[in-house]
Amino acid sequence: MANSIEAAPEQQSPSKGSYFFIIVRLSLVFIVLCGIIYPLASTAIAQVLMPSQANGSLLKNEDGVVVGSELIGQNFSDPALFHSRVSSIEYKAEASGSNNYGPSNVDMLQRTKDFITQWQVDNPDVPLSELPVALVTNSGSGLDPHITPDSAIVQIPRISKLTGIPASQLEELVSQHIEGRDLGVFGEKRVNVLKLNMDLMELSKS
Amino acid sequence: MGILQIIVVIGILLLLVKPMGTYLFHVFSNEPNRTDKWFSRIEKGIYSLIGLKKRDRMSWKKYAMSFILTNIVLVAFSYIFLRLQRGLPLNPNGIGGMEQTLSFNTVISFMTNTNLQHYSGETGLSYFSQMAVITMMMFTSAASGFSVAVAFVRGITGQKSVGNFFEDFVKAHIRVFIPLALLVTLVLVGLQVPQTLKSTLEVATLEGQTGQIAIGPVASLESIKHLGTNGGGFFGANSAHPFENPSPLTNVIEMLSMWLLPASLPYMFGLFAKNKRQGWVIFTAMMTLFVLLLSLNFYAESKGNPVINAMGIDSSQGSMEGKEVRFGIPQSSLFTAVTTAATTGSVNNMHDTQTPLGGITPLALMMLNNVFGGKGVGLINMLMYAILGVFLCGLMVGRTPEFLGRKIEAREMKLIAIAILAHPLIILVPTAGAFLTDLGKGAITNPGFHGLSQVLYEYVSSAANNGSGFEGLADNTSFWNITTGIVMLLGRYISMIAMLAVAGSLLRKKPVPETIGTFRTDNHLFTGILIVTVLIIGALTFLPVIVLGPIAEYLTLG
Repeated sequence: MANSIEAAPEQQSPSKGSYFFIIVRLSLVFIVLCGIIYPLASTAIAQVLMPSQANGSLLKNEDGVVVGSELIGQNFSDPALFHSRVSSIEYKAEASGSNNYGPSNVDMLQRTKDFITQWQVDNPDVPLSELPVALVTNSGSGLDPHITPDSAIVQIPRISKLTGIPASQLEELVSQHIEGRDLGVFGEKRVNVLKLNMDLMELSKS
Repeated sequence: MGILQIIVVIGILLLLVKPMGTYLFHVFSNEPNRTDKWFSRIEKGIYSLIGLKKRDRMSWKKYAMSFILTNIVLVAFSYIFLRLQRGLPLNPNGIGGMEQTLSFNTVISFMTNTNLQHYSGETGLSYFSQMAVITMMMFTSAASGFSVAVAFVRGITGQKSVGNFFEDFVKAHIRVFIPLALLVTLVLVGLQVPQTLKSTLEVATLEGQTGQIAIGPVASLESIKHLGTNGGGFFGANSAHPFENPSPLTNVIEMLSMWLLPASLPYMFGLFAKNKRQGWVIFTAMMTLFVLLLSLNFYAESKGNPVINAMGIDSSQGSMEGKEVRFGIPQSSLFTAVTTAATTGSVNNMHDTQTPLGGITPLALMMLNNVFGGKGVGLINMLMYAILGVFLCGLMVGRTPEFLGRKIEAREMKLIAIAILAHPLIILVPTAGAFLTDLGKGAITNPGFHGLSQVLYEYVSSAANNGSGFEGLADNTSFWNITTGIVMLLGRYISMIAMLAVAGSLLRKKPVPETIGTFRTDNHLFTGILIVTVLIIGALTFLPVIVLGPIAEYLTLG
């Protein structure tokens, strides 16, 4: 800034080159700040303060083996266990999603009909009118860890018959697993199928 | 309980609008204020890093040019990162470079704040790309849009100039998005959203099989995804995925994150205009339209799918296909309305699976594109409709229309007409085009009238820079990558540049003194006029195609 008289108008309208250079540097600063520093700092803080949540809320069995995440649903085909909802990806959590069938889609309607027919064969003691729509339908993520409380209750007669555990005991087990609405207001009452089945297997052993 | 939880969320929003709007005014009014103490040192550091010596007032052209050039440079870097991600660090799952047209689509999608995703996050992106491209663009595109909105507000409220783009861009990051994102990230982690750099987990499932669970730095993306009304998910299933949105409580936090800033902008506008009632008029019009369309979705989804209802099961819960148990109908319905109103485009339930009438809500909110709207764009569009409303009333009584003490004349109306007509044009023309070609038709996965809705939704979502999808569409092909890429570009930049030009043009005018004959724009009458203007223009343009898609499907479903 030796010659301030000449420098002044130049500052008012910087040359095209330096203007463009500002933009490139601005972009680089925010790539580093928002794209690298921010997520890495978040990761560091999260890992130090809340390691269990930050690593996927994993569930272990009594031997200390990780059996899954309490947030991610699993496929249960054993008729003596509680079943999860329909999932087009069979709860394979390396991906996520569903078929995105529209309400008039014939494949979706056929899948639903087939499911209901099979359900009636497997659960002859429960009237069809008690089968909840949530159990029959595909969740959005294909990984829904929950079923509605009545979706668990309608499975009790089948499980009781196969395991010999009295229905009243299973009803108690289910009611222990009903999670209320968040803060008493938000969302729906629900049952975590993986946690429920872990306790059911304990019960079957004893 | 259903309606109550919706009312509680709206109530919380209403409580937060005033403090947040006031804060934004303090940040962007460029007067010395309390927030300086905390942030100005960091900002000065950044100004000297980038070599910005003086933060001069810009003309609207300079402002627009700076905005566009910054976006171009960011796009160029991101494109290179995506193509080369195989060899870049933080790629524990060994993901390969992204294909050309998909990379083109992805960088445009994130730069335009659309976040339409033709890839699936679990298999298509390395952690480096999730951070340095996706998360980074979620910040920078939101800050870009926010800056333009502030510039537009400065213009029409007669401030000294539209401002300095670089200064606004830096401030939007440092004083708004980065602190809020850090806060929301940590709250989300506390509520079980993962944040880790470990690779995909291996587990032994209860039934004795081995399973894999995709994981990663989710929370830091999730927070800015909503705060910046971006909407692109870490996982393919977006906010329906239990890792992105584990509970109804996180659902409420995510909804408020994407809703709060757009909803506070009208209040900020009121403060700039030195007329808070003017801000509330805009807010009320937005909220009225929002509640109308939310009600339609909630009603239709609660009633369920008539064909499934006829199958003899207990379908009292409503349409649960594509929805999560933890959210049920109310939390899904509200999320759908908020995410399409705020042009976020994240989904916690699959819009493709919604009942025909329910599916009208996300379509209509994106077609209007002014009910709250994305970072700044919604306010810009609503003010554009306000000027149009003033103009229409002026025609009826034969007076030169005025808005905020400035005459609205031919030049402004021409620019507004361009912006308003561009939106339907870039939706309806490509939709029709897609049906004329096998390349377009081949992607439809749901037969019948629903197929029309699928294609329409894809272009509406692109044009409104929303980014949610009727995701059944098989859209990762060159045809869809390129056409939606172009629509996203036009949808973002035409209206923004036109509106900056309007701001520049209004700034040059002398204020007209208010007289007894001045048409007031800050009362209930004008709120009504504004709503009617939006509905007439929106309905007239899009009604035919809504009838052909969702309504035809509704009628045939019986």
